[in-house]
Amino acid sequence: MSFSDVSHKEELLVRVEDVAQVADRVKRFRLVPVDSERLPAFSGGAHVTVMMDNDERRIRNPYSLMSSPACTHAYEISVLRVEESRGGSHYMHTRVSPGTELWITPPGNLFPVHQLARKHILLAGGIGITPFMAMTAQLSTLRHRFELHYAMRTEASGAYGKVLKERYGDRVRLYRTSLGERIPLTDLLEDQPLGTHLYVCGPERMIDSVLESGRLAGWPEENLHCERFLPPPGGDPFVVRLARSELDVHVGEHESILEAVEAAGVNPPYLCRGGVCGQCETRVLSRDGVLDHNDHYLTAEERDAGQQLMICMSRFRGRELTLDL
Amino acid sequence: MALDFHTETFRDDFTFYNSPEAIRRFPFPFDRDEYMYSVNIETHTPGPVGSVLEHPIDVDEHYVSEMRDRALVLAEDPLRCQSLPHMDLAGWDLLELLMTNMASDYPDHFSLEQGPGNRWHWVNRPLGIDDTFVFGDTSTLPPRPGGAEGGEPMGPMEYVTRQSQGDFCLLDQRDDNLWMDAGITTTQADWSLDFDIGMNFFEWHGPVPLAHEMGVFDRALKYLLNLQQSRAARRLNWTMTINPRLDTSPENYHKWGIERSTVTPENVGEKVHLRVELQVFFRLPRSNAIVFPIRCYLISLNDLVTVPGWGQRLHRVLSTLPPELAEYKGLSGYLDVTRAWLAKYDEAAART
Amino acid sequence: MADGVPVSSTLPPSTIKSRPRYQGLQAVPTARHNLVAADGEGVRPVLRMLSGAPPGFAGRTHVLYAGSETSAAEDLDRLHSLGTAQVDVLPTSDDLIRALDGLLSTASMGTRLYAAGTEGFIGRVLTIAIGHGIDHKSVLTEHSGSRARRVQCVHCKRITEDVTVSIFECAGCGVLLFVRDHYSRRLAAFQGVCANAEDPSQRPVPEEAYP
Repeated sequence: MSFSDVSHKEELLVRVEDVAQVADRVKRFRLVPVDSERLPAFSGGAHVTVMMDNDERRIRNPYSLMSSPACTHAYEISVLRVEESRGGSHYMHTRVSPGTELWITPPGNLFPVHQLARKHILLAGGIGITPFMAMTAQLSTLRHRFELHYAMRTEASGAYGKVLKERYGDRVRLYRTSLGERIPLTDLLEDQPLGTHLYVCGPERMIDSVLESGRLAGWPEENLHCERFLPPPGGDPFVVRLARSELDVHVGEHESILEAVEAAGVNPPYLCRGGVCGQCETRVLSRDGVLDHNDHYLTAEERDAGQQLMICMSRFRGRELTLDL
Repeated sequence: MALDFHTETFRDDFTFYNSPEAIRRFPFPFDRDEYMYSVNIETHTPGPVGSVLEHPIDVDEHYVSEMRDRALVLAEDPLRCQSLPHMDLAGWDLLELLMTNMASDYPDHFSLEQGPGNRWHWVNRPLGIDDTFVFGDTSTLPPRPGGAEGGEPMGPMEYVTRQSQGDFCLLDQRDDNLWMDAGITTTQADWSLDFDIGMNFFEWHGPVPLAHEMGVFDRALKYLLNLQQSRAARRLNWTMTINPRLDTSPENYHKWGIERSTVTPENVGEKVHLRVELQVFFRLPRSNAIVFPIRCYLISLNDLVTVPGWGQRLHRVLSTLPPELAEYKGLSGYLDVTRAWLAKYDEAAART
Repeated sequence: MADGVPVSSTLPPSTIKSRPRYQGLQAVPTARHNLVAADGEGVRPVLRMLSGAPPGFAGRTHVLYAGSETSAAEDLDRLHSLGTAQVDVLPTSDDLIRALDGLLSTASMGTRLYAAGTEGFIGRVLTIAIGHGIDHKSVLTEHSGSRARRVQCVHCKRITEDVTVSIFECAGCGVLLFVRDHYSRRLAAFQGVCANAEDPSQRPVPEEAYP
């Protein structure tokens, strides 16, 4: 069996044409191609990974494309500023301005529209609105039935609420949670025609709660879809041995194994960088310690067996870990 | 560089022939003396100049005649080209992929102008086609050739694949699986689009022996589910055909199957053909579907043995082929007589 | 939810992965409403499922049953005594499929569908379900009764019902067909391919393979 490396992508050079403060902590970036007239076409729900060179290291963060898939002369992404130590959103908010050039991966889609759905119910929480901006544009063009329910803390923190209402009228409902408004999940789940698919994107708790409610309302798993924007969790630093590269790599508190390995010059395959797609699955050759599986990909048996690790999200505590890289 | 298109047939009188150049560039699939399944997928990067892998989409001297044969098959059996309703967008993605590549790599034969307002102008000189249409708007496509004047427009997949060599399968990606929801099959090795349309990856590969147990399909599916726009992939598949018949469909099997019993020690070189499929996998941007072109190359054993080493290698592959594979590939009826004929090209066999 | 392990082995194992497998009926406790379609001996798995289901399940269940001569009044009594909310007996499978189609056109998400009986019957139920936007994976199925097959002749596309032999002559085109295990959910049929193309003088003897 021979596979070629699948993840070294043909990266695209873009220039930031515009930066807009669209809500409290949300900035929208408009990206145009540098070396060509058009950017690759894409499907609603797709994301690009932005490369940021932050002094000592390279940060790679995925962001959903929110612009319409019909528009290929510019992409738009939105970044929520969060107080986390990894630095990606901080970088975008403080070091990127009109004229800045960035390398991005071509679009990849891990959250596509289900082609056979009779109706699409989209549930967004906070910055989770971003993939739905593109998906609603696509659904609207294809004339599919959809409803978007968008929960935001306040009017001011909810980017795009007004724009969405203007575009889609009654198909969009907005909920300001600081005023006690909540998405009426139970009612929503109760009365949908057969063939309705539900999509949720937002904070972890919201996603888990929506999916659980869907199951309890008798919806089959195949009709429930989510996209998680979970950054890799931090933890105590540790050392990983890369058997094939013959390197010992130090994984810091606020970086993932994947990031540390990339910084050391090794480029394993990856795609979502969020533990769901399986691309970065790596074989564990030996270990003396505990694997902390933080992904949503391996089965319980696979985790217990300890032979594989999703290096974009998972960590290690112990004396020795050797990976097949 | 312009291609010299043949006038030849892949049925009835079988006037098909390969030029010396076609023989030289034939994608001989065996890199060792035995054959067993593997995932054998690799990145579809440009191959050597003049090879079948030089361009993402390969057009060769058989282009015009293959399209003529395709049109005959479709006139007899329209069910060879079907698209489930939700696959229209994927059809447009495919049209863009094929037209842009053909125009870019074979400018002597094809041109494409992508004008404002999505108005496209496509010229296909070998087939005498000159059309304008609005990209994404099926109502602006021409009707089926040979149909009533002012008939319904063709869908984008049918329109473009009537002008592209090889079969095509459009796969919808959903539920962690791939679904064959559209396709055109007039040059396939013995499977029915009409029967298989709507099946998922494991189901349409159902009849393939041994590979499932080996986990080949699990790994292949995982790879394909993560296929990205910027990185196409490819693999080679092979079988054998008696006479250079393109349409070896199950639909017509009751008519052509008999040819497998007509091989004699005298006619092996002329009748028995190695048939290689170049399968490529492209991720399509707007639909997120995967298109899987299956490009078919035929070579008679007489021509094959003119390339040093090929006769010997093929002899050894056929001599070690597991019986289930020989059965599945339909070779059982003529395997022995073919092996015997090839033995004289195998140094080891010739010595014994 | 069914875990993929077949409950009953009324169908012989097959080497072809495209041969459908019926995971067995299992109550989905969270379903708001259950629609159960059964023909002939399919009533047995239905009774088994209902008697083992959590409390309240039967009270949310509507059974559609196309009985056969072998089905007894006892089965219907048992369905009622298990607390099934509604039981409709239809004279033929055609009537049942029509009734089911009507029910599905007004059903909502949270309704789960179950099908038990012959393979041909299950195939028809799935076709209707898919027509209403239900994913085939969401339907719980169990085979019971005859193993007769619907077969599509790959040559002329004619469908032949209730085939119990391994080889038969297609009434549409006269070709002698071998019945494969390769199955199309879309057509709800197995594939029939010419059995003697390479040597038409051969007439393989049919076996009673799917009684």
